Amino acid sequence: MINILVKFSTLVILAVGLTACGDKFNGNGNGNGTNIGIQPGSPSDPTSLAYFQQTIGDRVLFAVDQSTLSPEAVGILNGQANWLLQNTQYVVSVEGHADEQGTREYNLGLGARRASAARDYLVDRGIADNRIKTLTYGKERPLAVCSTEECWSQNRRAVTVVGAALGS
Amino acid sequence: MMKRILTFLSTVLTAASLMATVAQSAPLRIEVTQGVIEPMPFAAPLFVAENAAAKKYAADLTKVLANDLVGSGVFREIPSAAHISKITNFNTPVQFSDWKAINAQALITGAVNVSGNKLVVKFRLFDVFAQTPLGDGLQFVATTSSWRRMSHKVADAVYSRLTGETGYFDSRVAYIAEEGPKGKRKKRLALMDYDGANVRYLTNANDIVLSPRFSPNAREIIYTSYETGSPRVFLMNVDTLKRRILGDQPSMAFAPRFSPDGTKVVMSLSERGNSDVYMVDVASGNKTRLTSSPAIDTAPSFSPDGKWIVFESDRSGGQQIYIMNATGGAAKRISNGNGRYGTPVWSPRGDLIAFTKLNKGRFHIGVMRTDGSREKLLTASFLDEGPTWSANGRVLMFFRETAGVNGAPSIYSVDVTGRVLRKVNTPTYGSDPAWSGLLE
Repeated sequence: MINILVKFSTLVILAVGLTACGDKFNGNGNGNGTNIGIQPGSPSDPTSLAYFQQTIGDRVLFAVDQSTLSPEAVGILNGQANWLLQNTQYVVSVEGHADEQGTREYNLGLGARRASAARDYLVDRGIADNRIKTLTYGKERPLAVCSTEECWSQNRRAVTVVGAALGS
Repeated sequence: MMKRILTFLSTVLTAASLMATVAQSAPLRIEVTQGVIEPMPFAAPLFVAENAAAKKYAADLTKVLANDLVGSGVFREIPSAAHISKITNFNTPVQFSDWKAINAQALITGAVNVSGNKLVVKFRLFDVFAQTPLGDGLQFVATTSSWRRMSHKVADAVYSRLTGETGYFDSRVAYIAEEGPKGKRKKRLALMDYDGANVRYLTNANDIVLSPRFSPNAREIIYTSYETGSPRVFLMNVDTLKRRILGDQPSMAFAPRFSPDGTKVVMSLSERGNSDVYMVDVASGNKTRLTSSPAIDTAPSFSPDGKWIVFESDRSGGQQIYIMNATGGAAKRISNGNGRYGTPVWSPRGDLIAFTKLNKGRFHIGVMRTDGSREKLLTASFLDEGPTWSANGRVLMFFRETAGVNGAPSIYSVDVTGRVLRKVNTPTYGSDPAWSGLLE
């Protein structure tokens, strides 16, 4: 945009241009692991969303930099799989997260890996692949905001968000 | 013993004769390569307003230009209160003795003329001690609304003549403007001048946006957005704000960066939990897979000649930095210190790779040679991340996030020697800076 116009004696003139100068899931898509559009119901009603979230547990936690499922995580995912086998009208989105102790783009990869680890286990337990979508939020949506291991351990998670299947 | 004395003497003699040569013929020059310990003192007396309409611009232009030079850490301004001379006419011969008396090594004089919305800025640079002009005078013409760019252009010319390097001031930064509590950050894609002025917001805060990067001509930005519900790489025109998803992205996509010629974009695509590096042709959207390891391969960045790609991978366990041919194939690990290394970015000069390092719970911005040697850490804090290069490869911007429930990010700059660290003030929290080349 700069043109040299004239060079005169010791002044060179420059001119600067005068003019220079979809596929949203049924979850809320905010990475908060909450559901909208479905009544939570009672935690004691085994068909309810509240039961899934609170009684079974909708999230599994991971060690630093890891995506392998702990025995505790496996227990929770078994519960999730059984619930999904009973309540076939639902689909899920598994949202993977990382703590703040990592670079942004790597943490997106790590979140994807964690979501995938949970998804693969649910598929192994008999849930149809097309009922499960995965998503990564990296370190963008921390659940706990202190900067100590107490919070970080809650943020290294994969959250299974339940949504109504299309046409249900 | 005798030999040692002779060696000593010849060293002294050589040094003395070198100094004499320098004093005789070398122009005023400051080396920025090793880091400036003693900034060069300059005087930039108020630019002469050639008419009434130019008054306000003259004052602002002089201030911004001086801020650029001082902000580089390479120069030190001698305050106007110390000036003996005033410049009231751009063409009157300079009284060098007055500037020498206050130890101004460089003198910048200028004049401003405004007619309608047309702004004309003239300047000259002088070597005070040699009593000579340094280079030709320059005149810039622009609209009054782009007056800051005129300041930056004058500063770039001064920087360039006094350091022998190209400047970096007439440039922009794309970044992520952040607001709100840590757990529910609102993020907007934003654009500003390199010094934090003229902030423009390019997206609303409805969707998460991440890691913008400029096209080589700075007219387009490529970035990651969650507007479709999952992370996808978008290409946006900065002038029209029109945007589109780049190519076919069947699943999650992130970490985009342009090739030096602007025709390609490298990025990570994540399929079934595995993130690999792909190259996408901007015009056709055709994509080529460049890595295929079960590791997280991400943060790719081209060498300035377009032949190589540096990226990070955890294929050997933790995050480390690798270089591969731009067509893919075998990758060579170059990072070899303690800790983890991510976000490699190739310097526009080609000589260095900037990175984020995580070691013992601390984050650092650092640089290393392209073979991984001569690693130098420039910063340290709870969380420093995401370096981006100035046009001349001498300065980096990055963001620093503070710890705790109220922790938040701000943008900083640091020179490659690590001596000059500065905060870039933004109206909101700021992260993920991406520095453009010099504007056209």
